[in-house]
Amino acid sequence: MSTVTVTLKKQPELYFEADLITPDQFAGKSAEEIGAVEISEGKIKYPLSTVATIGGAPGVTAAETMIVLNGDWSRVKRIGQQMTAGEIVINSNTDMYTGGWMKGGKITVNGDVDSFTGIAMAGGELMVNGKAENHVGCAYRGDWRGMTGGVLRVTGSAGNDIGTFMRGGTIIIEGDVFIHVLTHGEGGTIIIKGNVEGRVGGQAVKGAVYVFGTIKYMMPGYKYVDNVEAEIDGEKAVFAHYIGDLGERHPTSKNQIVFANLYLKK
Amino acid sequence: MSEVIKNVACPYCGACCDDLVVTVENGKILEVQNACVIGTEIYHHASREGRVGSPRMRQPDGTYKDITYDEAIDYTARMLIKAKKPLIYGFGSTNCEGQAAAGRVAEEAGAVLDNCASICHGSSFLAIFDTGYPSCTLGEVKNRADVVIYWGSNAAHAHPRHMSRYGVFPRGFFTNKGHRGRKVITVDPRYTDTARCSDIFLQVKQGHDYDLFDAFRMVMRGYVDDVPEIVAGIPKEKILEVCDIIKMGRYVHIFFGMGLCHSDGRNHNVDIAINLVRDINEITKCTIMAMRGHYNIAGPGVVWSWQFGFPYCIDLSKGSHAHMNPGETSSVDLANRGEVDAFINIGTDAGAHFPIRSFEKLGSRVPMVTIDPSVNMAATVSDVHIPVAIVGVETGGICYRMDNVPIQYRAVVPPYNGILTDEELFNRILNRMLELKTEGIECDGKWEYAKPLPSLIPVKIEPEA
Repeated sequence: MSTVTVTLKKQPELYFEADLITPDQFAGKSAEEIGAVEISEGKIKYPLSTVATIGGAPGVTAAETMIVLNGDWSRVKRIGQQMTAGEIVINSNTDMYTGGWMKGGKITVNGDVDSFTGIAMAGGELMVNGKAENHVGCAYRGDWRGMTGGVLRVTGSAGNDIGTFMRGGTIIIEGDVFIHVLTHGEGGTIIIKGNVEGRVGGQAVKGAVYVFGTIKYMMPGYKYVDNVEAEIDGEKAVFAHYIGDLGERHPTSKNQIVFANLYLKK
Repeated sequence: MSEVIKNVACPYCGACCDDLVVTVENGKILEVQNACVIGTEIYHHASREGRVGSPRMRQPDGTYKDITYDEAIDYTARMLIKAKKPLIYGFGSTNCEGQAAAGRVAEEAGAVLDNCASICHGSSFLAIFDTGYPSCTLGEVKNRADVVIYWGSNAAHAHPRHMSRYGVFPRGFFTNKGHRGRKVITVDPRYTDTARCSDIFLQVKQGHDYDLFDAFRMVMRGYVDDVPEIVAGIPKEKILEVCDIIKMGRYVHIFFGMGLCHSDGRNHNVDIAINLVRDINEITKCTIMAMRGHYNIAGPGVVWSWQFGFPYCIDLSKGSHAHMNPGETSSVDLANRGEVDAFINIGTDAGAHFPIRSFEKLGSRVPMVTIDPSVNMAATVSDVHIPVAIVGVETGGICYRMDNVPIQYRAVVPPYNGILTDEELFNRILNRMLELKTEGIECDGKWEYAKPLPSLIPVKIEPEA
């Protein structure tokens, strides 16, 4: 795998939008062509070379390209948006939409991320070695198709709206979460290692949530069924199993009503 | 000789009362009948001493000097062109013609266009995107509804004539017993004056409306036995009692307000309310409506959805397409994050309504223009204040009531001192921008206004020793 290193030299007065920094865009390009990739700040578009220094060379295809981002990227949005293959390593905090709509490949953020991380993610792997804000792996506004695939892991805490309208894939939050986990869920798995304030699985049709910590306010629509023992993310434990949301519509499969499942570690 | 003008629509709240009778003489308003006390005050404000009759520019010493409209328009047009990402926010208190003209300016400027819904019923829009809006007109509520629910909304104070015109007291075609034939239910953490007029009051635990909606939905879906004994501070038997009233109703209507949009979860609180309406419609007829605040705050949602496809938080800075994502393109977030470099406050008061920390960031960092008939809080820290005619008093136009019914507003007196209307002002700003662009003025990233005025830097108050 060939590596391109981009070091941010100039900070924006507002915020940069770097939706073109993906292996898909860089693959097969010369250093000049990568330097001409646009990065925008409000109405203005700058060539990447005017705000960052670029080293190394990309591979022929996206899958053979790795991008390493150094410097301070905490005021840069949309890194890795819609990427399909390859790898991005960000040695900094980032702003919103990191890995949004990504379909494949891998992003590693060695820092914190802001809201809308992994929004409408469809595949690949997004690893955040830090904390996240709100709307992790959620749907875009008004879209009933949220995250459909891939693995999104946050080692720190996150805010609210985790996996809203989720249909597939896995979200793992190793820290605490505020409210709204798997709201309107239609599938997928969310694992919370810390505590949650409340509203876990509200209006969820299908899907599974595992909570290792506590839930301060349980949704009234969840009903205790039984205890199950399971190995989740390498950790074996006994979980109290609830089904719900009883206040939401549910499909029928083989004459059985399919519910969303909530597993709370005992 | 005084003149009596009938059927005047009121420019105060979203109920848009259109039965006002205004008496005028020699361009002065003498008397306003039928309006609530706040609506009356808006009319008398137009005739009061101390109106600003000309645009004003802030001087380095903090005082204001009168300038001409041409100078004010030139400053605003240059600011919009030069800024990398200007924000145009407000529009709750202007007509649709002004909002459409501002839309054209925003598109030319590559600005973010936002309205007061951003800090009000914007979260309701997000819920409506997710689940739809089974609504009706206020006439249907008046003529049909026999169960009316005010959820997180204090109509008695925020929409003073709403209960008498539509919600509680009026006698309609199928509701000829007035309030005696209606069951009124109020859900609120506080015992409000609206609750005082209700048959049933549910004192929901603050921030737990979502849980209570879930319990209601469980009952509607037949899971009565699984409802916990207490949900959000409400005992189960009370929930079942209210659900029975709803099920027995011929036409149920829910009015919801800031209690849902501005407590934790925001759009999801509204979203689950709309889903409850869907559930109730399996049993009886039910509709829902947002208690919109200003008289034309429904207007930008209608006008800009037609112009740009989105009702609010519209980022036009890309030039190629409109982008909307509240949380990123919403005014308060843009201000908090330092993501705009020019600000126009029009037909609202960001100084009074924004969180103080976000307004401080705007006031101390970016050039600001306020377009408003009055000297409001935002105007006191703006670089330029441009007065305009008061819609519904000095100029007419189309305004959308809270149920998205357009109402034709009328002028009862001529504009004070010949000041411009919002539409005329924005059209002239657009023309000036086009002129400046042909002269070669463009957004080049060199932002000459970026230095904060020293007098506007927030003062840190040291605690007394």
